[in-house]
Amino acid sequence: MGNATLQFLLILILLFVIAIPLAKYLQLAFSREETKLDRFFAPFEKFIYRVAGIQSREETGWKKYALSLILANAALLGISYVVLRVQNFLPLNPGKISNMESTLSFNTAISFMTNTDLQHYSGESGLTILTQMIFVTMMMFTSAATGLAVAIAVIRALSSKGKTIGNFYQDYIRANVRVLLPLSVILTILLVAFGVPQTLDASTTITTLEGKAQTIAMGPVASLESIKHIGTNGGGFFGVNSAHPFENPNAITNILQILAMWCIPAALLITYGLMVKNRKQGWVLFGSMMAIFLIVLTVIYCAEQAGNPALNKLGFSSAQGSMEGKEVRFGIPLSSFFTALTTAATTGTVNNMHDTLTPIGSLVPFGLMMLNNVFGGEGTGFVNLLMYAILAVFLAGLMVGRTPEFLGRKIEPREMKLIVIALLIHPLIILGPSAIAFMTHLGTDAISNGGFHGISQVIYEFTSAGANNGSGFEGLGDNTPFWNISTGIVMILGRYISIIALLAVAGSLTQKQPVPETIGTFRTDNATFGAILIGTVLIIGALTFFPVLVLGPIAEFLSIR
Amino acid sequence: MKGIRLAVVMIVVLGLGYPLAMTGISQLIFPHQANGSMVYNDQKQAIGSELIGQSFEGPQYFHGRISSIKYDGAASGTPNYAPSNEEMIKRTKEEADKWLAQNPGKSVGDVPLDLITNSGSGLDPHISPEAARFQIPAVAKATGLSNQQLEDLLKKHVEGRALGVFGEPRVNVFKLNLDLHKLIQAKA
Repeated sequence: MGNATLQFLLILILLFVIAIPLAKYLQLAFSREETKLDRFFAPFEKFIYRVAGIQSREETGWKKYALSLILANAALLGISYVVLRVQNFLPLNPGKISNMESTLSFNTAISFMTNTDLQHYSGESGLTILTQMIFVTMMMFTSAATGLAVAIAVIRALSSKGKTIGNFYQDYIRANVRVLLPLSVILTILLVAFGVPQTLDASTTITTLEGKAQTIAMGPVASLESIKHIGTNGGGFFGVNSAHPFENPNAITNILQILAMWCIPAALLITYGLMVKNRKQGWVLFGSMMAIFLIVLTVIYCAEQAGNPALNKLGFSSAQGSMEGKEVRFGIPLSSFFTALTTAATTGTVNNMHDTLTPIGSLVPFGLMMLNNVFGGEGTGFVNLLMYAILAVFLAGLMVGRTPEFLGRKIEPREMKLIVIALLIHPLIILGPSAIAFMTHLGTDAISNGGFHGISQVIYEFTSAGANNGSGFEGLGDNTPFWNISTGIVMILGRYISIIALLAVAGSLTQKQPVPETIGTFRTDNATFGAILIGTVLIIGALTFFPVLVLGPIAEFLSIR
Repeated sequence: MKGIRLAVVMIVVLGLGYPLAMTGISQLIFPHQANGSMVYNDQKQAIGSELIGQSFEGPQYFHGRISSIKYDGAASGTPNYAPSNEEMIKRTKEEADKWLAQNPGKSVGDVPLDLITNSGSGLDPHISPEAARFQIPAVAKATGLSNQQLEDLLKKHVEGRALGVFGEPRVNVFKLNLDLHKLIQAKA
């Protein structure tokens, strides 16, 4: 216990050390004014604008911004689908990997475009070295850059007045060139130094000590791993993701990956405070989310450390905790932390198998994906959190009978309608398809663990797709047309509806006349608001999802304890 | 159209330029790690990676964790057994019985759990120091080496926490067996 607490504490300190300067850097990188960064990055960016044929970098309104975003994403989606379908014929395919089947390609292309990285294939046998680079690695940058651009545009709208919220192409290219690429280069070199391979060979065959042949898969792993975490993507090079010793060879790489997936979502909350010129606003959001995170981290750590109740009952040792599906080098503390964070930041990378988590432990990834805003994914986590913040202001306003205001702008029916649509779509695309899956053999045939856990497997798959997380209860036999198409659609809805809704809210808020602050103004930068925000998030989450959690993990717990 | 041109630029810069440049730099400054941390024998042949577990079945060796893929390095995975899965409980019992047969006087609660559970990757190169120590009587019997010799060997191979804090103490089974192999040969 003592050592686990110490590890957690040190990780938190490291997060602050990285996130605070990064927050200032993000503000600078996306600034409307000329900055000292321009001298360094502008030549490269100009080159990209020229080659890509982007002439205008004029700021636009939210509609044009959203349209450019959708066009840029749709083009990548189309090209990626074709690349996966013909990967066998392309160069850099030493492993003679065949073309990807059509529904699987549909699912995979959407999965990486939406920053979900749900994987119904296994990297070793499903992708070539070239597709790991030009499809997976590339999409990890562009999907993260899309999310980051949206968050910045929304913050910009909240912190200024006018008709425009920014230029999508400029934000998107800056996100890639100024933020994601430099961070990924640094992290790649660190990861290689600590043991992650980076080669163009697909595999090597050796003879083991016992004289047997062992073929070891490898490839350009480190360059993918770095952006996988920095972009909160989560799709592994290998089937078992960051549990694979080549993706995540030791505790140091594990810590690096934790910090990498946490730093931008955490920094964005601080950047928000900086940009709206009220740092406390940012820290209130940060503190509220950190409070929820620390509570659930304690839950999963204690549950996993206590061991599997079904084995404990039979007299097995619980000294090491529940080790099924976990790696010795991480043990319970670093496995629990990784699981909590990967679902908080909706990365979806895993260093232990979530299907094997104890029932109470598995409530944590479930809960965090269902809330979908505890730090959250690159940019989109902030967007989701902002929806809850506005909702909290609205509820508080109703209680005291005042027109709700947020950052000096009146929240009116149009904004609330958009936010409610975005909030309701999340449970709808999780619970609706799950119900359909339970009603048909196409769905239930995929279940690999019987009883209540089978219910959890199905719900987890759609929760992960809907939250754009991408982790899985991987026992589920999900590479079938039913699962490929259904989760593909869920991922698209889960990603773009909330993005467009929030851009629309931002567009409408930025045009409103600011209301002067009075003594009666409900403040959103103090602990009271933090508490209301936490309450709003937890109550809405619990009201929506508690019943299905009772049918899955909680029923499983009661049946084996 | 603009979207397609931009997508092509992204593929060239981020999908080709970045990973290829990273490969070049990594191969130049960290060739050992970049190529999979391979271990070579005296004839300069690769005999394994220090990061990837190998299957050990002979009684003279220390054994690693359960791997449903039998340490197939071209794949990775686990059966993903739920905590309530009957198969998992049956397998865990059987594995415990196997170890208890070689450790008379011990009970089921004494078997280190990492030894009788499937790792996450199926390629876990490590076991806990307790799991290695639990195997000493069986290895001593099969090799003729004394318990003390094996205990000394094991001590040399216990890797501590990184910076004294991060991760868990562990033993790399492949590296341990490599040295054990040398001891056996020296004895013969």
